Amino acid sequence: MNRRIRIFAAACIAATAGLALWAPANAQQKVLKFIPQADLRILDPIATTAYITRNHGYMVYDTLFAMDEKFQVKPQMVDKVETSKDLLTYTFTLRDGLKFHDGAPVRSADCIASIDRWGKRDALGQKLAESTESWTAVNDMTFRLKLKKPFPLALEALAKPSSNVPFIMPERIAKTDPFKNIEDPTGSGPFRMVKAEWVPGNKVIYVKNTDYVPRKEPASWASGGKVVKVDRVEWIYIPDSAIAAAALNAGEADWWEQMPPDLIPLLTKNKDITVKNIDPLGSMGMMRFNFLHPPFNNPKMRQALLYAVNQQDYVIGIAGDPKNGKPCYSYYTCGTPLASEISAEPLKGARNFEKAKQLIKESGYKGERIVIIDATDQPIVHAQSLLTLDMLKKLGLNAEVQAGDWGTLITRRAVKEPVEKGGWSIFHTWLVGPDMVNPAVNFPIRGTGDKAWFGWPTDTKIEELREAWFNASDAAASKKAASAVQQRAFEFVPFIPTGQFILPTAFRSNISGVIIAPIAFLWNIEKK
Amino acid sequence: MAVVALFVFSLLYLTPGDPAAVIAGDAATSEDIKRIRAGLGLDEPFLVRFGGWVWALMHGDLGVSIFTNLPVTHLIGQRVEPTLALTLCTLLISVLVAVPLGVIAAARAGSWTDRAVMAFSVLGFSLPVFVFAYILISVFSIELGWLPVQGYRNFGENSFWDWLRHLILPSIALGTVYIALIARMTRASMLDVLAQDYIRTAQAKGLAPVPVLVGHALKNAAIPIMTIIGIGIALLISGAIVTETVFAIPGIGRLTVDAILRRDYPVIQGVTLLFSAIYVVINLMVDLSYMLFDPRIRY
Repeated sequence: MNRRIRIFAAACIAATAGLALWAPANAQQKVLKFIPQADLRILDPIATTAYITRNHGYMVYDTLFAMDEKFQVKPQMVDKVETSKDLLTYTFTLRDGLKFHDGAPVRSADCIASIDRWGKRDALGQKLAESTESWTAVNDMTFRLKLKKPFPLALEALAKPSSNVPFIMPERIAKTDPFKNIEDPTGSGPFRMVKAEWVPGNKVIYVKNTDYVPRKEPASWASGGKVVKVDRVEWIYIPDSAIAAAALNAGEADWWEQMPPDLIPLLTKNKDITVKNIDPLGSMGMMRFNFLHPPFNNPKMRQALLYAVNQQDYVIGIAGDPKNGKPCYSYYTCGTPLASEISAEPLKGARNFEKAKQLIKESGYKGERIVIIDATDQPIVHAQSLLTLDMLKKLGLNAEVQAGDWGTLITRRAVKEPVEKGGWSIFHTWLVGPDMVNPAVNFPIRGTGDKAWFGWPTDTKIEELREAWFNASDAAASKKAASAVQQRAFEFVPFIPTGQFILPTAFRSNISGVIIAPIAFLWNIEKK
Repeated sequence: MAVVALFVFSLLYLTPGDPAAVIAGDAATSEDIKRIRAGLGLDEPFLVRFGGWVWALMHGDLGVSIFTNLPVTHLIGQRVEPTLALTLCTLLISVLVAVPLGVIAAARAGSWTDRAVMAFSVLGFSLPVFVFAYILISVFSIELGWLPVQGYRNFGENSFWDWLRHLILPSIALGTVYIALIARMTRASMLDVLAQDYIRTAQAKGLAPVPVLVGHALKNAAIPIMTIIGIGIALLISGAIVTETVFAIPGIGRLTVDAILRRDYPVIQGVTLLFSAIYVVINLMVDLSYMLFDPRIRY
């Protein structure tokens, strides 16, 4: 061999070996690789209700209060709270040692600014703000809430577990317009986001916040000690479910937050993987109507569908296996204190198509086009849309599905025009269990017309009953008032619940300490 | 480029979808969406928005992503390396495999080797990239455990081998169509050249088959092959979108798809302009490369 060629070959081998042997400095770190349910795009948990942003919020922020697994409100950042006898004044004192990721201490001013911003976007926050006279800082560690009138849900509001969660941010960030996204993820939570390593659409990196002082109590939902047992968490977004399953199987990921039911058999074959339902509340599917135009501006048409919807079909359509869901004949999440089957007779039991057809006839339906807007990239929405189309056809209605993607659906559902001008009649979606536990957070139930959720129902009666629920003085009164709201809902039919389902989670056997909760919390997790 | 800019902006303006609705989330009301739209300036007239975008573009500013609040140039910058690595790796594999295959098929035209190469080409054209990708993952990642299922490592982040092993399966999956295309074109072009008098003369002078094929035939057949390699890079970029999605590689292709699904207008506009610029540069380079292979060509 030519001498020059031999020297070149030797140099190539040496360079390759050098590169191959070069290893990163942080190889000894405990890294939890987590496949989240969606891609994190927006960092502001107040500007959006997206669940992935809420979950990011739980990583980097902390809350004043939090709800435990028994639906009890527990102090989190707050050390103690004093309530005046007239229930008009709450004085909060913060725990010692709370610090933001930039090293600044958490002060009363930060908490007040954060709650103020949250109160401008969140429905329950707005309700609290309506009753609020003032928030004042007594000193850096103590602040006071003064109410105009008693608001029994004040602490529950501050412990709201799902979107929008009243996370505490530094005052300088919390002063941002609530309709504008914040860019700085500085919080005081158990993890710190490494923004420089964030690749939207691919990965989000969090490291343990070594300054975080966890509470002493055991972790229970979002309350208790948020003890971080790994050094680094990598959220790896994998858009293709089959590839996510393969990555978990191959050990390239430790935990897959939410998996489609059809992949359960594939993963349960692997003895190193646990497939589990860790969400005690699941999610609720729903069919939403457009109340502005025929035929669903007529209550009889909506009532007719109550007699035809078979929740069992929807649960199987969404969750694949009856084990992953169940019918829920309530406007509140089944398994929570206010859920009941009061007035649910039209929705449960054997389906009565004859009764449905009779109501349709009584409604004076004249064959108007019914447009179901569908998002084929969202399996939960798509399955419901197809089932509803089939049901409407069986009822002899002039129905059609207009398919698009989720981005198109959420734009189109804001159109108030009739179907001939690009409007719609029905769309489907779902909410996580905590978003439907009571009349305060259950926003689709509301009847505030133009200000209501898409579909824009107007129902002053349900609003009055909801208001009465807010004023309920004890648990029994609260249950009674909530039942009255549900009774009215089954008459007015703001939407039809299509069942309760759970999307299981899957993790490898080297992971322990997974918290049973409606949200995948990443503290308390140990990796062997 | 100016035409592309106007076309893309107009198309996005007319396409249904509203990023404000995506930002607001499922629970937002129409009022919330309206306020977010106003905050983003999406309620302004077409000409005002287009004028603002062009003005910023002239100052080298592609804007800021509506969702992440990160500059579009930053987002593109994050994604260039994986796409570049994937494209170059694919190009390298494709050319190294396809050109010899095409030359051998032409040299043995009508034989079983030729038929096998052509059968492979038909298969390569017919098999969708994502199907082949799943097959590769199933065999080499899941069954044999030799290569990773997904992901990408930046060059220098870990070892060289770690970087390379993340590119092998995606490059093979993406390269199959390309190999098929170049192999067919090389064969056709070589057959044409091999029928020329000067090849017969070279053979009659007693030159060995390999110098005739490589030194005389392949050099003269190179222009159509270079053209198809250039056109193929366009195929690679569109194929990379699927490959990057299947293998969860954070490249430009996935950035484009994600931006379209969310209606992240500044990102879509920025990426489309980048693609059109790449096409212009590639075509220019292909045209210039003709001069290397054929001294008669001058510009």
